[in-house]
Amino acid sequence: MSAKTLYDKIWDAHVVDKSEDGTCLLYIDRHLVHEVTSPQAFEGLRTAGRKVRSPEKTIAVPDHNVPTTADRVKFIENEESRIQVEALDKNARDFGIHYYPVDDVRQGVVHIVGPEQGWTLPGMTVVCGDSHTATHGAFGSLAHGIGTSEVEHVLATQTLIQQKSKNMKVEITGKLSPGVTAKDITMTVIGKTGTAGGTGYVIEYCGEAIRDLSMEGRMTVCNMAIEGGARAGLIAPDQTTYDYVKGRPHAPKGADWDAAVAYWKTLFTDEDAHFDKVLVLKGEDIAPVVTWGTSPEDVLPITGTVPNPTDFEGGKVVAAQRALDYMGLTAGQKLTDIKIDTVFIGSCTNGRIEDFRAVAEVVKGKKIADGMRAMIVPGSGLVRAQAEEEGLADIFKEAGFEWRLAGCSMCLAMNPDQLQPGERCAATSNRNFEGRQGRGGRTHLVSPAMAAAAAITGHLTDVRELG
Amino acid sequence: MEKFKNVSGVAAPMPLINIDTDMIIPKQFLKTIKRSGLGVNLFDAMRYDGSGNEIESFVLNQPAYRKAEIIVAGDNFGCGSSREHAPWALKDFGIKVIVSTSFADIFYNNCFKNGVLPIRLSAEEVAVLMEDAERGENARISVDLEAQTISATDGTAISFEVDSFKKHCLLNGLDDISLTMQKVDAIDGFEAEYSQRTPWA
Ligand code: SF4
Repeated sequence: MSAKTLYDKIWDAHVVDKSEDGTCLLYIDRHLVHEVTSPQAFEGLRTAGRKVRSPEKTIAVPDHNVPTTADRVKFIENEESRIQVEALDKNARDFGIHYYPVDDVRQGVVHIVGPEQGWTLPGMTVVCGDSHTATHGAFGSLAHGIGTSEVEHVLATQTLIQQKSKNMKVEITGKLSPGVTAKDITMTVIGKTGTAGGTGYVIEYCGEAIRDLSMEGRMTVCNMAIEGGARAGLIAPDQTTYDYVKGRPHAPKGADWDAAVAYWKTLFTDEDAHFDKVLVLKGEDIAPVVTWGTSPEDVLPITGTVPNPTDFEGGKVVAAQRALDYMGLTAGQKLTDIKIDTVFIGSCTNGRIEDFRAVAEVVKGKKIADGMRAMIVPGSGLVRAQAEEEGLADIFKEAGFEWRLAGCSMCLAMNPDQLQPGERCAATSNRNFEGRQGRGGRTHLVSPAMAAAAAITGHLTDVRELG
Repeated sequence: MEKFKNVSGVAAPMPLINIDTDMIIPKQFLKTIKRSGLGVNLFDAMRYDGSGNEIESFVLNQPAYRKAEIIVAGDNFGCGSSREHAPWALKDFGIKVIVSTSFADIFYNNCFKNGVLPIRLSAEEVAVLMEDAERGENARISVDLEAQTISATDGTAISFEVDSFKKHCLLNGLDDISLTMQKVDAIDGFEAEYSQRTPWA
């Protein structure tokens, strides 16, 4: 038998049917659903008189549209958002799928809720009508985003029609320097490969610096695999993974647990397995980074300066000029001189408890800069509860942060949390596209510690230099 | 799904690279629970100013391109989110074919599910079509899916690759779900065996 990558192994274990041209029908273990990309799929089922094939493997939670203020359980003011959330309520009920409604403490961003509840397990196939499904790859599960037609397909058949991607390896060797986080790793990789560098590939992240990460850090890394264009990101499961999963509500128990772990231990890339593309970076070469433009590939170390469009080649020259105009920046400007008026900490990239601990460490006993609007939005109700228990919420509130309820919030600004034209935000989310956080809003992507530092000083700041 | 028919029409040039799904259809239009009616908001932030007036310089607002059926785009078109609202909006506007050197994975798949054909070509080939598209109504680009060719106004034909299954579905307007439903025995069989193998899943 030839050597296989982790991706090959998971893929092979899920092939239901293979056509002559190589198109496969792939079995899906977990289907996560949220309110924005599912209404049309459920409607399609109804019209065709179909059922959800495996409601016990289907989990729904509203997150994109929900307000993050306490009054949301009474009433969602925006009519269209309310209709979407109500549609999910109804669809979950009618089709008998697992559901975490807005008033459930377990509600939160779908990619935080899945792992937290033990739905996401190593070796599984996980899909969701959302591109950041890549997050779940941190467990060594093949996880990727799908469109609404595919959501309907999975609901009806528990399978997906797929072509296999190619294998790419991203290895981060050695140790990270102090102040450098999982977010800096994943952004640095995108800075190197570009947003299309992973197109057609599934990326396996490996190497000492990846192994050393907690599960939460690994989720941050895999979350942004999609920003590099990859179909999915993967990290082989190990003791860190088992320890995280064990005891979660939907994790296997007893004899099932032992059998599961025995299987999970076979989920690694064989020594001689072939990768079609390889990127190796030294952990020590990675610095805290920020984005300066409107593409997640516009990444630079915080010690850098805004680039000149003429430094680039091809279509990027025009794109970089457009980005500078949109961002209101001048070539040559020091990144640390860029003034910030809004800070957003949260999202499926960085809305977990460790992210909040990192923020607390920076802001403890300090105050946010004058005129700063700073918002912390937990990834789930459980993260919020834990942060309150650990006293982090008090630290945030004393520093002047708004302490919100769980949801996607200003990551994509579908709810009332939005930037006004010209406002400039340091955000721990994953996309800095034009208008992503509100029309005309300007986004700089950073790690939680760097966002916290910017909140305190009022400008982009190297967290290593903040006393 | 409607069958994909050959297209011969005006192509709008959009040379910007990394045109993302948030540009194609901004989030405020994802609140719909329908698939239709998104065409008016296609490229909303590039197409209209803050008060909703058309921005004259935007390509689809120019008289020559208001009825474009093809977009010739810069690299990495459709990057970003999985929102199928992006192909829904393109389709609703009347776009049937998009040409680029590369497309984001999920967007590429989503197009086929909605009768929109994304065509990947080399940078040189895209450049030829881009130049043609820039001639506005004087240009007419033709796409023949059966023959897998796209032709510039002067008749220069460029052949393109497309996955045979996706092509078959597009040409015959086939819906994936009914096709997969025919394989229900295979799915049942797999599930029975799989639940032995991984009872915890
Ligand atoms: S937090 Fe942001 S990236 Fe994550 S699922 Fe929500 S909108 Fe998408």
